[in-house]
Amino acid sequence: MIAARGVWKFFGDFAALRDIDLEIAAGSTLALLGPNGAGKTTLLRMLGALSAPSRGTITAGHTSLRETAGRRQIGILGHGISIYDDLTGEENLAFFARLYGIADAARRIDRWLETTGLARVRRSLAREYSRGMRQRLAIARAFLHDPGILLLDEPFTALDDRAAALLAGLIDQAHAAGRTVVISTHQLREAVGLATDIAVLDRGRLAFRGPASEEWRATPEAVYRRYTEPAA
Amino acid sequence: MGLLRAALVIALKDLRVERRSKEVLNAAFSFALVVLLLFSFTFDPSGEETRAMSGGLLWLVYSFAGVLVLNRSFARETANDCLDALVASPAPGAAILLGKALANAALLLVLELAALPVFVIFYNVRWEGGGGWLLLVLLLGTWGFTVVGTMFSALTVNVQLREVMLPLLVFPVTIPVLMAAVQLTTTVFTGEPMGPEMAWLRLLVVFDLIFTLLAAALIDFVLLG
Repeated sequence: MIAARGVWKFFGDFAALRDIDLEIAAGSTLALLGPNGAGKTTLLRMLGALSAPSRGTITAGHTSLRETAGRRQIGILGHGISIYDDLTGEENLAFFARLYGIADAARRIDRWLETTGLARVRRSLAREYSRGMRQRLAIARAFLHDPGILLLDEPFTALDDRAAALLAGLIDQAHAAGRTVVISTHQLREAVGLATDIAVLDRGRLAFRGPASEEWRATPEAVYRRYTEPAA
Repeated sequence: MGLLRAALVIALKDLRVERRSKEVLNAAFSFALVVLLLFSFTFDPSGEETRAMSGGLLWLVYSFAGVLVLNRSFARETANDCLDALVASPAPGAAILLGKALANAALLLVLELAALPVFVIFYNVRWEGGGGWLLLVLLLGTWGFTVVGTMFSALTVNVQLREVMLPLLVFPVTIPVLMAAVQLTTTVFTGEPMGPEMAWLRLLVVFDLIFTLLAAALIDFVLLG
């Protein structure tokens, strides 16, 4: 279980997150919703140990996410693809495999290059890949170390059809395998379709936290509006 | 994965990327050549005073060219948000810093060794021996300069005027290491005995140790905000 307790995040005097208490059960898929500026990416970055809370704690089980053991559990797919253009597809995956200390790295890299359809171009530089191929390489990079917690920030934005289908399939597989998935997104229907739980952030506060009920699935826009104030 | 092994993995990645792109070495070496050439027009290369300033001239070139190397160190990680994946990995922050510093020091050493013969020819330096001492000074001076510079490279990576801010932060802190390196290099070039200069050498060693530990201890605050 991931637990955020009393989490605040300040940028100067501005409180981007205010007293967030959020528990995410192991094996659940949480859709993190909210308007622009609500704090979704800030919270996701803290869950991914990319940023420290100004106040409060975030833990996974009994482990702080900043500890090596905590970070080993996390796979992140953020706004950027986090791929080195001057390395080949294979070298990119091999670099991250070494950082994560993956024992059977060569076999796992082969498997992910096959899964993402990049085996044929494994020795080409990432900068020579098409946009869709780069996106698929980013997906392989995020899933390579078999993370128990997947943090996906607007994962379907700007994906081509093939990459989107691949990612949707992998999220389903991750959920079936008991992985914890957190998806931050504006795409209500897609997120609610995948999620078991929903959290809505509004202006840095947790406005809603609950299961993805029938009401959410039937009329997500109407329920979402209930918890978010219209922009001034 | 151990800290040193993770640092080595990151350093080798940076060197491989640089070997492919050559963006840093080409720019820094061209800059070093131009500055050496311009200085040779300004000073009489055969003059005794010039030889007495030889260490200073050389380290001026090395440190300015070094800033070009340092400026790209963490900036390179911002393309495609690679820094996020690096920080999120199990590699400790200290490993990221040490890996980057190792790669920067290796690149700067290559630059220094390539520019050294040009300097010797342009400035008519009499080689009195002491190559081993010079190599030691280059190693210690370069490490001290790059470990501080790599730390500040991480600090300024998201600053708009990064190219201006980095030297403003690096040079004041590295004054002791530059002073020691200048003094020791001049002693090597003038062929004077190294015995009386051991205090400068000790200063280099102590500076390197203290700032390596300090940078490794502080880097998490810099990377995580």
